[in-house]
Amino acid sequence: MNLVHKVVVPAAALLLFLVLWEALVWVMGWPNYKMASPSDIWPAYVKYADLFLINSWQTLWRTVAGLALAIVFGTALGMVMGFSRIAREGLYPLLVGFNAIPKATVVPIVALMFVGAHDFNTVLIAFMISFFPIAVSVSIGLSTLEPEYRDILAALGASKVTIFWKIALPKTLPEFFGALKVAVTLAFIGTNLMEIVSPHGRGLGALFDSGKTNSDYPLMFAVLIALAALGILLYYVVIALEKALAGWAVRD
Amino acid sequence: MGDAPLIDIKHVSHTFRTKSGPLQVLDGLNLAVEEGGFCAVVGPSGCGKSTLTRLVAGLMIPDEGEVWLHGQRVKTPRSTVGMAFQNPVMLEWRTILQNVMLPMEIVPTKTTKKQQEERARYLLALVGLEGFEDKRPSELSGGMRQRASLCRALVHQPDVLILDEPFGALDAFTREDLWQTMHQVKEKEPFTGLLITHDLRESIFLADQVVVLSGRPAHAQYVLDVPMSGPRDLDHLYTHEAAEMLTILRHQIEIAQGRAPAGSPAEPA
Repeated sequence: MNLVHKVVVPAAALLLFLVLWEALVWVMGWPNYKMASPSDIWPAYVKYADLFLINSWQTLWRTVAGLALAIVFGTALGMVMGFSRIAREGLYPLLVGFNAIPKATVVPIVALMFVGAHDFNTVLIAFMISFFPIAVSVSIGLSTLEPEYRDILAALGASKVTIFWKIALPKTLPEFFGALKVAVTLAFIGTNLMEIVSPHGRGLGALFDSGKTNSDYPLMFAVLIALAALGILLYYVVIALEKALAGWAVRD
Repeated sequence: MGDAPLIDIKHVSHTFRTKSGPLQVLDGLNLAVEEGGFCAVVGPSGCGKSTLTRLVAGLMIPDEGEVWLHGQRVKTPRSTVGMAFQNPVMLEWRTILQNVMLPMEIVPTKTTKKQQEERARYLLALVGLEGFEDKRPSELSGGMRQRASLCRALVHQPDVLILDEPFGALDAFTREDLWQTMHQVKEKEPFTGLLITHDLRESIFLADQVVVLSGRPAHAQYVLDVPMSGPRDLDHLYTHEAAEMLTILRHQIEIAQGRAPAGSPAEPA
C-alpha cells in the first residue's frame, strides 16, 4: 500500500502529464519553437548527455553552497532578532527592503563587483535570495516561544544557553524546515539568475543560454525540465532531513 | 512560635511598567505557608496571582518587600522549587519519560542516570501513567499531560511545589480525578504547596489554608483555615461545612471584585 502511494501514484501522475503535454502539442500543431513536446526533448538529452551532467552538477553544488550559507547566516540572524527586541525592530525594515530588491537587478552589480569570480558570484546570489525566509522564521519561532516553556527551565536556574539548546532550538525546527522548503527553491532561482543574466559558460543556465543563441528550442525546454528535476531532488532531501530531525512535528 | 514558615512573603509590592503606564499589581502582600502546608490563593482575574508564583519561584524580584524560602531570601531561581502551569508545556520531541526527567538535566544531583529514570517511572506510576512512559505527549489527553507535568515538577524532589492553575483547562470530571491524585501524591511525596486557582471548590478540597487576594493592587484580603487536613474524598465537598466555607469565600471574592461592600456579612444564598 505504502509503495503504491509513494511511488506508483506520483509516477502515474507524471506519465499522465507527459501524455497530455504531447497530445496538446500534437492537437494544436505547435512548432517546437512555440512549445516543444516530450518527444522533441528526449533527443536533446541523448545528444547533450555529458553537457547536462556537467552543468547540472555545477548548478547543483553552487545552489547547495548558497543554501548552506543561507542556513548558517539566516539562523544566526534569526537568533539575534528572536532574542533581542531592539535587534528585531532595527533589522526588520532593512531586511524587508533588501528582500524587496529584485535580485535580477543585483546580478549585474555583483558580476561587476567580483568580476571573474564566477563560482563566488553565483553562490552569493543563491545565498542572498534564500536567507530571508530562514531568518524570519527562526526569529519568529524564537520570539513567540511561550513564556511557560522558558519558565520550566528558568525556574530551576538554567542558563539562557541551556534554554536555547534544550527548548527554543528544537521547538523552532518545524518553522525552520517550513522556511527551508521555500529557501531551497529560491536558491535555485538565484543560481540560475546568475547563470543566465551574466553567463560565464557554467551551469544549466548557461546551457539554456546557448540553446537560445543557437535556436535549439528543444534544448531550452530540456533545460527547464532538468531544473525541475533538480528542484524536486533537493526538495526531497529537505523533506528527508525534516523527517529525521523534526519528525515529531509531522502528523500523519 | 515554632520554626519560621517555609514560604514567607513579607510585605511585597510590585509595579509593572507597561505601554499604558505603570500598573501596580501587588500592594503590601503578606503570606506565610508552614512546612508541609498547602496554601491556595484565589482572587479576581488579573489581580497578580501569577506574579506571585513568579516571585516565589525567583523568576522576578519584587520592587518592595521580601520573599523568603526555607529561611533564605529569594533573589534568583532555586532548584528546590517545582512548578506546574495551566499549560502542561510538554516538549513534543521527547517521550513522556524524557519530559519528566528534564529537570534532572538542569539540577545538579548525585544520583545516577538509572536512579533518575527509576524515580521518573515511579512518579509516573504514582499518578496513573504506567505504560505511557515511551509515548509522545501528542498521544496523551490533556489530563494525562497535566499528570506528566506534575511528575516533572516533582522529579527533582523539590520541597516547594508551585501550581499556577494547573487544572484550569481540564473538564470537570478530569479535574476532580486530578484533585484526588494530588492528595495521593502529597501523601507519598510530601511538599509545601502554593496553588493558584479560580475554582473555590478546588481550593477547599486541596488546601488547608485559602488566601483571598483583593482586586488590583492586591493584598491578602482574607485568610480561611480549612479545618480538614490530609486526604479527603469528594463527598467532603457536599457537606454543610464545605457549603459554609464556599459561601464565605464567594462573598470575599465579591468584595474583592468591588461588587459587595467591604465588611458586609456573608449571607447564604
